[in-house]
Amino acid sequence: MKLDNISKQLLEKIAGLHEIPAGAVSFRKDGKSQIVRSTANIEIFPKKDKPGIDIIIHSSCKNEACHIPVIVDENGLFDLVYNDFYIEEGAQVTIVAGCGVHSTDESGHDGIHTFHIGKNAVVSYIENHLATGSGKNKVMNPTTIIKMDEGSQMTMTTTQIGGVDYSNRITKATLKKDAVLNINEKIMTAGFNVAKTDFKVVLQGENSKCDIVSRSVARDESEQYFKSNIVGKNSCFGHVECDGILLNDARIDSIPRVSALNNQASLSHEAAIGKIAKEQIVKLMTLGLSKEEAERKIIEGFLK
Amino acid sequence: MLELKNISYSVFERNSEKTILNDISCTFDDKSITAITGHNGSGKSTLTKIIMGIIKPTKGKIYFNGIDITDMPINERAKLGINYAFQQPITFRGITIKELIDIASNTENSVSNACNYLSKVGICAKDYIYRDFDKTLSGGEQKRIELALTLAKKGECIIFDEPEAGIDLWSFDKLSDIFDSNKMYIIVSHQERLLKRADKIMVLEKGNLVSYDEAEKVLAELNKIKCRKNIGGIDEIR
Repeated sequence: MKLDNISKQLLEKIAGLHEIPAGAVSFRKDGKSQIVRSTANIEIFPKKDKPGIDIIIHSSCKNEACHIPVIVDENGLFDLVYNDFYIEEGAQVTIVAGCGVHSTDESGHDGIHTFHIGKNAVVSYIENHLATGSGKNKVMNPTTIIKMDEGSQMTMTTTQIGGVDYSNRITKATLKKDAVLNINEKIMTAGFNVAKTDFKVVLQGENSKCDIVSRSVARDESEQYFKSNIVGKNSCFGHVECDGILLNDARIDSIPRVSALNNQASLSHEAAIGKIAKEQIVKLMTLGLSKEEAERKIIEGFLK
Repeated sequence: MLELKNISYSVFERNSEKTILNDISCTFDDKSITAITGHNGSGKSTLTKIIMGIIKPTKGKIYFNGIDITDMPINERAKLGINYAFQQPITFRGITIKELIDIASNTENSVSNACNYLSKVGICAKDYIYRDFDKTLSGGEQKRIELALTLAKKGECIIFDEPEAGIDLWSFDKLSDIFDSNKMYIIVSHQERLLKRADKIMVLEKGNLVSYDEAEKVLAELNKIKCRKNIGGIDEIR
């Protein structure tokens, strides 16, 4: 399949792809499915009742990857998809999602992803969001619902690279016994961008664990709102950490919340927001970097 | 050669002007070690920060190899070859020691090259090279790595602000091993062992330069006062 230049650029940034990859893939552009390819271990079916796909990851899948990027390059289009992932017992899979929007007017993408993760399955889920173009209303609202069976593990790495004027990211997870969920979120906003994040994780099963780490950089007059709630309903462990760097006149509002509904629940939260320490910039300048290079290096390290 | 001409620095405190440095003029020779000493608050660190460009002087001029660097930003001075090791090393999240060595040397070092710098300050390099330079390192480790960065920077003029602070005795003894006789060192220190290593000693008191001469002469003077008063006695040098 031949890709136009904008799609190529966006795909590279959101999924590290230079072309449509081999293996299991679903590529959607401007509200239409462009390619759907299954493998023996990963089956992808377009939904019949609404836009989106069902993805079945079989137990036989071991360390295989599945790419499901979305590109929106049509002004005025607000694409909505429902993607359901059924990960069978013991499967091991990496799912690379992500959305790139290019617009000179307004457009957006809402992706509602639901994960049904079977017993002892291991999932690595990577999603990157990027918007380009001069449009002033490029919107992305990713919703992620995660249902984790006993002993399953999921690592979710979610990054808003930049350019998104408005985003509202909602993540809801329920964990059964011995399930482990790690979430790493990175959000970068600039100009007048507004980014909202809302996590709710219910640690239902004994010995379930959740660790949420959110790092954000807000520039110019952008605004970020971070909200998280880890609910411990059993003997469990939960931690949420939200650190933000403020540049110029940006603002970050952070509410990390933990709710222990069982006296064996061990839950903690921390949040730190502030400007880049002046001493750090000075130190890197004494090593030869300009002020701007020093800031970039510090932010790069912070988001690492 | 580094030359300071009539350097003064003052701040406003409670609506009145407080002088931190008062009309300091001096030269620092190439290929020499100069120790700056004096009581706490005498202006030692401020003077070295002015040389590095971290603090702007209220008055005066600074020349490095004949170039007026008074208004030059920190990184431009660094590129000219002025190098600074902080008393309290500045740590970073997510920046590895190898990355800092690469920044300091302005090149991507091979692992063995980068390790060499750490080995010279007594660190088992392979255990550290890919560690973040963050607060999980002990104060002594941070200090040694700070010194390693000055080796990687390869400056012509190297400023150490209390290099002995926070490091163990072994490191202290090794410290003098890293001095290169072809460079100019400016060292802020209270430690007699370091003062003895210097070619010249500058004594500051309440922002004034009260003595600046060959190390032996200044040390003899300091020791006389010390014997008489059984204290540092820098006031009496004036």
